[in-house]
Amino acid sequence: MVDSNLSFVRTEMLQGQTPPLAERGVVKWVRTNLFATPIDSVLTIFALLIIAWFLPPVIRWAFIEASWVGPDRSVCATVAQGGIQPEGWSGACWAYVNANFNQFMYGRYPIEEHWRVNLVGIMFVLLLVPLLIPKVPYKALNAITFFFIFPIVAFFLLVGGWLGLSYVETPLWGGLLVTLVISFVGICVSLPLGIILALGRRSKLPVIKMLCVIFIETIRGVPLITVLFMASYMLPLFLPPGVTFDKLLRALIGVALFASAYMAEVVRGGLQAIPKGQYEGADSLGLGYWQKTRLIILPQALKLVIPSIVNTFIGLFKDTSLVSVISMFDLLGIVKQHFSDANWASPQTPISGLVFAGFVFWIFCFGMSRYSLFMENRLDTGHKR
Amino acid sequence: MAFDSCVNGRHIGPFFRGAWGAIRQYDFSSVGTMGINLKGQIVMKNLVLKGALAASALVLLANAASAATLDDVKKKGFLQCGVNTGLPGFASPNDKGEWSGFDVDYCRAVAAAVFGDPTKVKYTPLSAKDRLPALQSGEIDVLIRNTTWTLSRDEQGFDFTGVNYYDGQGFMINSKKLSGINSALQLSGASVCVQAGTTTELNLADYFKANKMEYNPVVFEKVEEVNAAYDSGRCDAYTTDQSGLYAYRLALTAPDDHIVLPEIISKEPLGPVVRQGDQQWADIIRWTHYALLTAEELGITKANVEELAKGDSPEVKRVLGQEAGTKLGTDLGLTNDWVVNIVKAVGNYGEIFDKNLGSGSPLKIARGINAQWSKGGLQYAMPIR
Repeated sequence: MVDSNLSFVRTEMLQGQTPPLAERGVVKWVRTNLFATPIDSVLTIFALLIIAWFLPPVIRWAFIEASWVGPDRSVCATVAQGGIQPEGWSGACWAYVNANFNQFMYGRYPIEEHWRVNLVGIMFVLLLVPLLIPKVPYKALNAITFFFIFPIVAFFLLVGGWLGLSYVETPLWGGLLVTLVISFVGICVSLPLGIILALGRRSKLPVIKMLCVIFIETIRGVPLITVLFMASYMLPLFLPPGVTFDKLLRALIGVALFASAYMAEVVRGGLQAIPKGQYEGADSLGLGYWQKTRLIILPQALKLVIPSIVNTFIGLFKDTSLVSVISMFDLLGIVKQHFSDANWASPQTPISGLVFAGFVFWIFCFGMSRYSLFMENRLDTGHKR
Repeated sequence: MAFDSCVNGRHIGPFFRGAWGAIRQYDFSSVGTMGINLKGQIVMKNLVLKGALAASALVLLANAASAATLDDVKKKGFLQCGVNTGLPGFASPNDKGEWSGFDVDYCRAVAAAVFGDPTKVKYTPLSAKDRLPALQSGEIDVLIRNTTWTLSRDEQGFDFTGVNYYDGQGFMINSKKLSGINSALQLSGASVCVQAGTTTELNLADYFKANKMEYNPVVFEKVEEVNAAYDSGRCDAYTTDQSGLYAYRLALTAPDDHIVLPEIISKEPLGPVVRQGDQQWADIIRWTHYALLTAEELGITKANVEELAKGDSPEVKRVLGQEAGTKLGTDLGLTNDWVVNIVKAVGNYGEIFDKNLGSGSPLKIARGINAQWSKGGLQYAMPIR
């Protein structure tokens, strides 16, 4: 038999070769993602053209031509407009944002007391960051500090009037400070209250159920701007003369109740997505209503609706701008208010101020959205596709 | 009608019948039409709300009117002054977070008259719709917020103490585009940018109808939109209050091309407002205004007031309270050197005008009808003697 001579048994492994140039690296990525089909190629080129047309002017406006520092409107206006810039100049007026930065952050909170706001801000970050990072221990303690002790400390620090701190009335607050105070209170109140309302709405006790339904449907049926307007102008008409509520407090209550009604419906959506078997399983184990809700139902229901919850939070954060209808000035309100400063009035001032306000809002909203995505992935234990 | 008879009939008790009758008296056809004109006045046709506010005003009147405002102000140690939330030249926050402007200087003048210290004043920024309720409820001591003196406001329980700025609706045109036009009467057939739902819009219609001219109104909801439309050339002319025209001209791309036409088609006398029923307080505000005017008339300025007080012109000495045995200031409830305090703090009327509105400001508004009576204007101070 000569066949055996023809057999070939490889004794050493060949080194793996790198794929051909067209199948690896950037080229591969470009080919599969940008130019896979003729239509893809057309769309890619079209998109690139749009970017090439759109991006350079934006960069020019926002960075290259922008005027960064200056004493008044002259740095943001052309010679014909009474400034120092050459004819045909168009750039962002960051000098305006720069000069008014403190007002945009703190409103008219007295300058020598800004450290109090800063201290509250530092405490907020120091407590929030460990709460958000799953690995850090002592979550319960951290949460109690953040949700119960911190607001009290922050309240006394910001309002003052004790321990030698001067009293700072809330009409002086403004800017990002007001935006964050309203959204923090709104978020911290609306989640627990929303859960209670959602459970109440699904309750078998008719009175509780009816009360929850009436509350939710009334608040949801009214625009936030109306709730704020009512809280600010109509409420005092019903109170005995001389009794006044702080305006900020009224706005806080209005926003918190409003957000709660929406949160209740979001949570109810989660509760309804839990199969009946989970309830029956919990019942068969002999768990009571609260044990069942706390241990079986809510952990699953809340996990399901994280995107909607964060959606509501982001909506709430942006809705804080509406307080400007009751003469409270949040970030956007105070930016707009400063447009009326004749020393800074120029064609570029409003757009620069609004871009800045938009950017700050975007940072916060984008942060919330990314964190919710992270939490979703982390908690996604049974529904991965 | 069926519903009507049902309501008036057996089914509903007398209380509801009364309430229904009251509601029926209001004209619902115009409910909900509300807008803000360029000066920031709310044009409120919402009679239901107006009725509610008037009712609340009556309730509050009982305990607010009888109080002596001067004593209250002295007791709390500062003046609470209602100002605009932001109107270039009149009241706007600057980049140091301080209020500045023409109306703001009037607040400071009153504080200087009462306390001898212009810094003893706190500002409440008020929107057009909450300015009068805020005054009525006692939240502020005086309203100096470019408020037009009208009969209906005067009879609602308010007192106007004078006119610190005579404003009126005017037109602005692009003199390059429409060269040769130097009167509003030549604007026949023009397109005119105007804000929706304002008295400005109504005045415009009246003016063109009265002069048998054609025009195309280009109407926008927001001030910013009107500005942008006019700047981009959507319309030939822009109409609002003249002081506003000068302010918005600053934000145009080529301000020097635009001229404000001389015609004034409406009367907008702006002045400080106090609650009716406290004559002493009204007198203080009124005579603060006259003191500012008299100081300008006599050439008393911020720089030379102390020197002139020691001089020997009898009239100047009388005004500045240096006459032997004078009781002019103390009879007013102030000190005899109240005019010295005012002028030392803010200057005379001309100085305030120049600094905030005139040549010393970016607005560059001419004195016009706000000049002294002796120079062809309308500002006429009653003699201080």
